[in-house]
Amino acid sequence: MKFAVIMFPGSNCDVDMYHAVEEAVGEEVEYVWHNETSLEGFDAVLLPGGFSYGDYLRPGAIAHFSPIMEAVKKAADEGKPVLGVCNGFQVLLESRMLPGAMRRNKNLHFICKTLPLTVENNTTVFTNSYEQGETIQIPVAHGDGNYYCDEKTLAELRENNQIVFTYGLNENGSTADIAGITNKEGNVLGMMPHPERAVEELLGSADGKKLFTSIVKQWREKNAVTS
Amino acid sequence: MTYNVKVYISWKAGVLDPQGAAVTDSLHKIGYSGVESVSISRMVEVKMEADRDSVERQVTEMCEKLLANPVIEDYSYEIEEVVSS
Repeated sequence: MKFAVIMFPGSNCDVDMYHAVEEAVGEEVEYVWHNETSLEGFDAVLLPGGFSYGDYLRPGAIAHFSPIMEAVKKAADEGKPVLGVCNGFQVLLESRMLPGAMRRNKNLHFICKTLPLTVENNTTVFTNSYEQGETIQIPVAHGDGNYYCDEKTLAELRENNQIVFTYGLNENGSTADIAGITNKEGNVLGMMPHPERAVEELLGSADGKKLFTSIVKQWREKNAVTS
Repeated sequence: MTYNVKVYISWKAGVLDPQGAAVTDSLHKIGYSGVESVSISRMVEVKMEADRDSVERQVTEMCEKLLANPVIEDYSYEIEEVVSS
């Protein structure tokens, strides 16, 4: 299985993401610069955290016009797993690949700490190795992580089981404690917490590891059937 | 034609603006107890070349695509033709 890590100018968790794939699942992984236009040959796409284009205007607003984003949308349409973490989540929201928007954290602080998350849906390609309702420890590091969506969208998210992670401790003010959501199809996940920073006990938690093993597990099952 | 465009971007009604809430608190603390709410908007100035027929359509598109996020923000604009002297 081959992962792509998209690099925007200002991405700063790209190396962590690359390392997480190597460390957690030992699969093939390559960086893809934002000016590229194709993701042919990749089986999964990772949008890392950071401050793409300096967060100018709004986080993710400018990155979503990068040439590579057309290829990311194509990969998503083809059903490939697309994971956006932190700034990657913001890019997915600005691209309308996921519903809602981000605001500044309610307390206006940059929040940088490990927080408990609840796995709300363990049937996705990203969470099939977790237990339903499991509490996991994953670090967050963001200033604009206050997820917003209107009542109608929230009802749809709930109805389609798109809320995948919630905060056990909601410090940023997110609507309905939302930490991570998928698209309706379930193959695009955006989350503010950083699973790629939690793949080794040495770093305080290895609870993020199962997210990567989930992706690989589902890919292997799918390819065993088709081959 | 050359135009000076001012785009005003504000929060949609019902969307809490954390910065506005913090400034409201601060104004109360320094004695302005009559302040009910504060909303922090942005103003973007654009100077552009365009035909008279298309300038407004272009500005609307810019707002929808990039300058504002219609999920949480409203926008309005003023378009002024630059008269060369």
